[in-house]
Amino acid sequence: MKVVVCIKQVMDPEAPPSSFKIDSGGSSVVLPASISPVLDLYSEYALEAALKIKDASNAQVIAVSLGVNLQRDVIKKPLSMGADDLILLEDEAFADSDSWTTAYALAMAIKKINDYGLILCGRQSADWGNGQVGLIIAEILGLPVVTMVRKIDVSDKKTIIERTFEDGYEVVEVPLPCVLIVSNEIGEPRYPNIRGIMAAKKKEVIAWKPSDIKLEASQIGFSGRRNNLSRLFQPVRNSKCELITGDTPEETALNLATKLRENKLL
Amino acid sequence: MTDHKGILIFGETLNDTLSGTAKEILGCGRKLSDILAEEVTIILFGKDLNKAAQEAIAYGADTVYKANVSRLDEIGSDFYIPDIEKIAKQVQPRIFLMSQTATGSNIAPRLAYRLNTAVTTDCIELGFDKDSGLLQQTRPVYGGNALAIFTSELHPQMSVLRPKVFSPIQPDSSRQGNIIEIESITSEIKDKPKILKRVIQKSDGFRLEDAPVIVTGGRGIGSIEGFKQLEELATILKGAVGASRPPCDNGWVPNSVQIGLTGKIVAPALYFAVALSGSSQHVSGCSGSKNIIAVNKDPEANIFNVARFGIVGDWKKIIPALTDEIKKRLAE
Repeated sequence: MKVVVCIKQVMDPEAPPSSFKIDSGGSSVVLPASISPVLDLYSEYALEAALKIKDASNAQVIAVSLGVNLQRDVIKKPLSMGADDLILLEDEAFADSDSWTTAYALAMAIKKINDYGLILCGRQSADWGNGQVGLIIAEILGLPVVTMVRKIDVSDKKTIIERTFEDGYEVVEVPLPCVLIVSNEIGEPRYPNIRGIMAAKKKEVIAWKPSDIKLEASQIGFSGRRNNLSRLFQPVRNSKCELITGDTPEETALNLATKLRENKLL
Repeated sequence: MTDHKGILIFGETLNDTLSGTAKEILGCGRKLSDILAEEVTIILFGKDLNKAAQEAIAYGADTVYKANVSRLDEIGSDFYIPDIEKIAKQVQPRIFLMSQTATGSNIAPRLAYRLNTAVTTDCIELGFDKDSGLLQQTRPVYGGNALAIFTSELHPQMSVLRPKVFSPIQPDSSRQGNIIEIESITSEIKDKPKILKRVIQKSDGFRLEDAPVIVTGGRGIGSIEGFKQLEELATILKGAVGASRPPCDNGWVPNSVQIGLTGKIVAPALYFAVALSGSSQHVSGCSGSKNIIAVNKDPEANIFNVARFGIVGDWKKIIPALTDEIKKRLAE
């Protein structure tokens, strides 16, 4: 069975907030040269879910990523973790995609992959974090979808999922093919081993251009957007932090407690 | 110009009463509708919605569509979509709002696709563009490092609102409204995911998302024992313990208490951030808190940038002293 995993390269969310800058036009984030991009955390969770399925069966794991300036050492991580193939939709025309144009291009790529059983996506990305792409892919392809997935058991024609929600979890049966949106409860993503890293180095990535997946210029990137970014800015923190001090920890604690009382917080 | 008029809301119910988030979206919808001088319509699903419908009107709805469905506790997000899609196509709203809950975030992008429009998720502010009259939807991006304002020319203008950000209006039981009963068409869906079992996991004390006070520890707490001390402070404040990512990765606390991008999003009245630096990964999960109190030995730690009160010092000395002091005050 083919298991397709949608993955994304993002700016490192653990980078110090002081390194975060927006261009003067207020329309895009300036990527700091000193900080390397990373594979999105939720992409890794989705990959881990796919690789668990591969561990238990003879699934073929195919990672697909859309973007621009994809760094090979970052974006090839799925291969070093154990994925079989990596397809890159990398083209300037894909720049400034929104959830809709991203989902549309990925769905067209998935159609070209053909004969897929499962499509896995992460819950939301660390950068724009819309949390929409997987759900829109399901709609475009007309597939059932389950969100917040923490466990996947695949058998012949169906799959049994555990899905978390606010108060607990549900056990859900879904027919194949389907889209599953993976949450962090799936378990820590595995580290690539040396053999995996060496194999990934040698492995050629598969590159598809918009025309390879029958996309018109009007349907992709900025031109196809349905949601427009009017402004991007850094919030002014108006809550100046008031530092509480004291000569001893006890005095500091007393001063904080008094402050909390004064503000009716205690 | 658009033929779309009014505001449509998908309101969630809990045991046939209006949920807290539904009241919040009604509050937001009412404000927008007063600016537009247009009506607010809400869709509710449940077994016996007479009371919830009256409540919705008191909280600002002009029209309530109620879909009576049995066994609501066993149905999943998929069941809502066909009914909501049908009503949205009938009502043709200018604006369509729902809440960033497990259900809301599941159905919003799918409904947007079916209604040929776009949706902005996780909104914390809504307003109108002066020139175009389009809805300006503000949401945090890049883990809260930036705010983005989105607009779309497509209708309905769809937004999913972050819980605990928008305020309900003062309920007025004398408000009048229409209640329309609808025949649910959920049984017509084929190939839907089927729920086999539903397990409610009641945690001790509060659900993290509902706790009025949260005491959160970071990497600097260093051990399971360290978190026991935070637990003590949380207990006397009738709150819950949370953690940033490193303590969860190290197994000091279960993953379920993680707050941040890859965990829960909380907004308590009082949030103690202890021995954590305040990475955007973490701050994106707690920035909605009303009052953040930071304790960190590094005065340059980013958490002080979002905190209201801060103590620069060793948490191992500060937290026990603070626990004793608060115990004393609460006993008075």
